[in-house]
Amino acid sequence: MAMSQIDPVVIDNAESAVSTRNISKNYGDVEALRDLSLEFPRGQLTSLLGPSGCGKTTLLKIIAGLLEPTSGEVEVNGKTVTGPGPDRAFVFQDFALLPWASVIRNVAFGLEMRGMGKSEREDIAAKYIKEVGLGGFEHSYPHELSGGMRQRVGLARALSVDAEVLLMDEPFSAVDEQTRRKFQEDLLALVQNENKTFIFVTHSIEEAVYVSDQIALLLPRPSRVHEIIRPSNFRSKGVDNIRRDPEYLDIVDEIWASLRTYVE
Amino acid sequence: MANRALYLKFLSAVLLFGAWEVAGRIPVSFAFPTFLESMGALFRMIGDGTMATAYAETLRPLVVGVAISAFLGIAIGLWVGLSSFFEWLFSPIFIVMQAAPLAALIPLLVLAYGIGLTSKVLVVCIMAMPVIVLNTAGAVRNTPESMKEMGKAFLATDLAIILKIVIPAASPVIFAGLRLGISAGFIGAILAELKITPTGVGDIITYSRSIADYPSMYAAIFSIILLAVLFLNLLEKIETVLFKGNQRGYVSD
Repeated sequence: MAMSQIDPVVIDNAESAVSTRNISKNYGDVEALRDLSLEFPRGQLTSLLGPSGCGKTTLLKIIAGLLEPTSGEVEVNGKTVTGPGPDRAFVFQDFALLPWASVIRNVAFGLEMRGMGKSEREDIAAKYIKEVGLGGFEHSYPHELSGGMRQRVGLARALSVDAEVLLMDEPFSAVDEQTRRKFQEDLLALVQNENKTFIFVTHSIEEAVYVSDQIALLLPRPSRVHEIIRPSNFRSKGVDNIRRDPEYLDIVDEIWASLRTYVE
Repeated sequence: MANRALYLKFLSAVLLFGAWEVAGRIPVSFAFPTFLESMGALFRMIGDGTMATAYAETLRPLVVGVAISAFLGIAIGLWVGLSSFFEWLFSPIFIVMQAAPLAALIPLLVLAYGIGLTSKVLVVCIMAMPVIVLNTAGAVRNTPESMKEMGKAFLATDLAIILKIVIPAASPVIFAGLRLGISAGFIGAILAELKITPTGVGDIITYSRSIADYPSMYAAIFSIILLAVLFLNLLEKIETVLFKGNQRGYVSD
C-alpha cells in the first residue's frame, strides 16, 4: 500500500452498498441496539464511533451476519442478509489468525473455504501479501510477526476474497501509535484505490475523523444514531495536511462535546 | 541450542544413573542391584532373545489398547467438547474411570472377560482413555471464540471449522493428553501382566523377583520406562511436524 495523494471524493448521489433498517438487538433484558437505521454509501468509508458499550461492534457483527438482530434487517446490495456471505469480509480486532498456519495459509484461508485450489489461492494470497507490504514473510508464522504485521495479515486475508464490503472491527486498536498512523494513511489509499465499501468501528475520535467519508456517532444504552457527520473539505488536501486542517480540528472537538457526558 | 539440550539430557542421565550405581553399591537394600549389574542383565536378556519374546507378548495389549484409546478417546473428546449434551452423558463415566482404583477392579474385569487379551486391552484403555478424553474435551471447549467467528465470517462450513480451526487449536492440549494417556497405558500394560496372567515383561519381573534375580527384574522395569520415553519423544516429534506454528519455543528439544 503506497501512500498517495487523496483526491476529492464524490459524496453526492452515492447509492448505498449496505443499509440497516430498524435494527434492534436485545441480550436478555439488556437492549444493546434500538431501532437503528443507517445507510452506508458505496465506495466510501463509514465509521461507527461511540463510547464503549454503545453496541458498535454488535452492529458490525450483525452486518457481517455473525449475529442475528432481534428485529430489523440488513441489506447488502439490495439483498437481505441471513448470514455471512461472499460479499463481505471481516478484519478482526484481535487479528484472529491461525497460529499454526503460515502467513500465506492464513491469507488464503478465505479462498480455501470457498473451495479454490491450492496453487491458485496461494498465487492470489501472495499478491495481497505483497500489497500490504509483507513480501518475504509468506512462510513466517504469526508469532514471529509484530502486532502491526499481524494485522496486515488480517487485512490481506480480507482483501484476498475480493468482497465488496470490508468490515473492520477496531482493526488498529491493538497496534502501537506509530504503526496505527501508518495504517490510517494506508487505509485512505486503500479506500481510494479499491472500489470497496468500508465499515469501520473505532473508539478513537481522531482516527474516525481522519479516515472517514462519513461518521455515524452512536450513543449508548440503548444505542441509536446520534448524528451523522460528513467531513467535506480536508480530504482533498493530502494526508499530510489533514491533522492541522481547521475543519478536522472542529469536528474532533464537536464529537468530543457530544460524547463527553457519556464517558465515565 | 540443540547441542546444549542434548548435553543437558546426557548430563541428567549421567547424574541419575550415577546415583543409581552409588545407591546399589552402598547397598540401599539387598534387593536393589547396581546400575551396571542391571544393564548387564538387560544386554544378556536382549542377547538371548528373552526380551524380544517378552515384548512380542507385552506390546500386543499395549499397542491395541493405546491405539483404541487414542482414536476413540480423541473422537469422544471432540464430541463431548462440542456438545453439552454429550458432555452431560459421557464426562461422568470418564471422571469415574480416571478416579477408580484400577488394581482393585481387575478381578471384576477378569470375571467378565477372562484372562486373555481382552482384559489386558481393557486395563490399558481404562488407564489411558480418560485423560485423553477429558483433555481433548477441555481443549475443544476452550477454542478461542474469535477464531471460530473468523471461520464463520470467511464462510467455513461447520465441518471445516472443526477440522481446520477447532482441532488444530486444541492440538497442544490434545497431545498433552495423549502423552499422559500413553504413559498411563504403559503402566496399565505392565499392571495387567502383573495382576492378570504373568506374560511378557510382567513375567520377567514376577519370575526374576521370585528367584531373587534382582538385576533382571530392574532391567525389565528399566526397559519399559526406556520404551515409554522413546515413544513419548516420537509423539512430540509428530506434533512438531504436524502443527509447526503452535510450537512457540517450548518443544525445542
